[in-house]
Amino acid sequence: MPTEILMPALSPTMEEGKLAKWHVKEGDKVSSGDIIAEIETDKATMEVEAVDEGVISKLLIAEGTEGVKVNVPIALLQAEGEATSAPKATNGGSAPKAAPPAATVAPAVTMASVAPAPVAVTADDPDVPAGTPMVTITVREALREAMAEEMRRDPNVFLMGEEVGQYQGAYKISQGLLDEFGPKRVIDTPITEQGFAGLGVGAAFAGLRPIVEFMTWNFAMQAIDQIINSAGKTAYMSGGQMSCPIVFRGPNGAASRVGAQHSQNYASWYAHVPGLRVVAPYFAADAKGLLKAAIRDPNPVIFLENEIAYGRSFDVPKMDDFVLPIGKARVVREGSDVTLVSYSVTMGMVLQAADILAKDGISAEIIDLRSLRPLDTATVVASVKKTNRIVIVEEGWPICGISSEVAMQVTEQAFDYLDAPPARVTGKDVPMPYAANLEKLALPTVDEVVVAAKSVLYRS
Amino acid sequence: MAKAEAASRAAPAPKPKIIKEELIRFYREMLLIRRFEEKAGQLYGMGLIGGFCHLYIGQEAVVVGMQSAIGEGDQVITAYRDHGHMLACGMDPAGVMAELTGRSGGYSRGKGGSMHMFSREKNFFGGHGIVGAQVPLGTGLAFANKYRGNDRVCLTYFGDGAANQGQVYESFNMAELWKLPVVYVIENNQYAMGTSVSRSSAETHLHKRGSSFNIPGEEVDGMDVMAVKAAGEKAVKWCREGKGPFILEMKTYRYRGHSMSDPAKYRTREEVDQVREKHDPIDHVRQVLLDAKMTSEDELKEIDKELRAVVSHAAEFAQTSPEPDVAELWTDIVH
Repeated sequence: MPTEILMPALSPTMEEGKLAKWHVKEGDKVSSGDIIAEIETDKATMEVEAVDEGVISKLLIAEGTEGVKVNVPIALLQAEGEATSAPKATNGGSAPKAAPPAATVAPAVTMASVAPAPVAVTADDPDVPAGTPMVTITVREALREAMAEEMRRDPNVFLMGEEVGQYQGAYKISQGLLDEFGPKRVIDTPITEQGFAGLGVGAAFAGLRPIVEFMTWNFAMQAIDQIINSAGKTAYMSGGQMSCPIVFRGPNGAASRVGAQHSQNYASWYAHVPGLRVVAPYFAADAKGLLKAAIRDPNPVIFLENEIAYGRSFDVPKMDDFVLPIGKARVVREGSDVTLVSYSVTMGMVLQAADILAKDGISAEIIDLRSLRPLDTATVVASVKKTNRIVIVEEGWPICGISSEVAMQVTEQAFDYLDAPPARVTGKDVPMPYAANLEKLALPTVDEVVVAAKSVLYRS
Repeated sequence: MAKAEAASRAAPAPKPKIIKEELIRFYREMLLIRRFEEKAGQLYGMGLIGGFCHLYIGQEAVVVGMQSAIGEGDQVITAYRDHGHMLACGMDPAGVMAELTGRSGGYSRGKGGSMHMFSREKNFFGGHGIVGAQVPLGTGLAFANKYRGNDRVCLTYFGDGAANQGQVYESFNMAELWKLPVVYVIENNQYAMGTSVSRSSAETHLHKRGSSFNIPGEEVDGMDVMAVKAAGEKAVKWCREGKGPFILEMKTYRYRGHSMSDPAKYRTREEVDQVREKHDPIDHVRQVLLDAKMTSEDELKEIDKELRAVVSHAAEFAQTSPEPDVAELWTDIVH
């Protein structure tokens, strides 16, 4: 019985990739450990090793094919002397450990599988001049462009963090920056978050403009004292004499199947702190325009990215110097019946939910907060005064979350306009479970957003 | 052996030369700190200074000696026992005292307090309240010097207590790895709040703490301002030559409690008196000056009188300067 060799996942969030090269041809004998193929994503390249011995009886996917879905059979492997029969599945690679073990197991359904609804992203952005041509790029590319442009503009800007240089970035955000700017300005650090966060703050006190990358925000808890006490409070404690122009950035929130310690949304933690600015964009244009603004800002900026959103593509205005203001939310889609407010990766869900609601004749107005401190409550309140109903959606925990704060602000400022209590859809109040089914349950879903929107409209 | 190598990389300090003007200056600077801190203690007792107040009395030779070893543009950063460092950097005693009393004339306009003062003009970067947190910050100041390609050096002070914080070693590693111009000045005053060095540290010779990073370290008599200066000059030269960081362990002693609220029951009165009588850094300089007949009792008395007037003026200013305007509550949060 031939065995199916499946497209492996290089990372927990990979959905598809390019089959860049076959190192074998049909009829070749392979042994366990032989390199049979090379696969690529925008993030990484990896060799696929055979995990069993036999003869490659058929190559199912041609070399150079883009967009090969994870777990799709890419070749058939036959034990020597074996008659052809129905294939059984095996995973191709030994290196990509994260892939499900067999094709009979459906790929984990996570937010990664939620494709963002197509939406005209920046056409109605008041900060983009009408008629500006657009170019479609990924969030990852947008972040990279922002850093590169600011590094070209200001020699005081430098990037430091784990694997940002020679490795080209753990998530490939800094790919190519070492080549362009050299090791003086793209600095690989030891694994020493508190140390390099503090070092960055000291360099910022001295007038440099560091971009400190945390491989993920989970690791920044090692450094949170430096972020809050040293970076966040020194302007105030010095009576305005000192400033700390620094950006702390990296992926925040749940990735996929990485368990509780690597899946947490820190938005409300940092948004709680006076002295910090906190930005959490979803769209590529916002990622670019706000990261450029963050680098120029004289204050410490917490820049929360999202691993799942890194690979998503959106329109970005083609402008020489596209900078967006920090602290302004954006009405992504106008509507009249209910206001849906979100930020970061759950924006994708909100857009999908709005499409579903539209089919039921419900017109949802969608607001992307983009910045969490300062929080643009004026935009939210204006919308609620129009729709009289609000649902806030975030991936973080419910207690003392961003959604709690938005609900409170709306209650304070637009109580008389509300026709229903504010509702929220959040991550569940549990540490992130590993099991695929439990993880799915722990995260917000499009359905939950639809149900919540209908509930504030008293519809089922 | 790494330790031996690290220690031998630096040549022994030259024998300090006695120069009258310099010694008089040291005497004056140390005595200013002493008189300032005595006054701060009094104001605290009167309820004019609130919260935490960590006095530097006994340790004066460390900052005065180190300050004489650096030059224009070199930076200083320390923890919360910081009044002496600010005065040694040339900051105005009245502005420091007014910050202690939380008044608008203070360096942070009353919003920082004893532990949080800064002077960009004097290159004093604080004043930090979290034990050990200033060590990565000082390493970052040194990083900026290297990034800019100037030959400035950062003096990063911390205590024997902070020497057990993990971030100190994260900093040591990066400083040596990247050859950053930073002198780590460990002010070993023997007690981390109430815990003696021997009760908290597996290796009590703190100058050896850099050995596994190949950072040279030396123990210095921190009660002898001339010895501090000589060691400081050697360490600063090492940094300026691009050889990376240097550690100086200053053996010193604080006469007062950890903070004003510390009854200091963890040590005997005799221990404190013994240091005061036999090893006081100010008496030491005074004796050297008198023995060498470089000055007279009268001249020294005159200096003391002058300094008492400076401190009285600072105390007066600190009490008459108004409290910050209530609008200050909402300013300087962000720029």
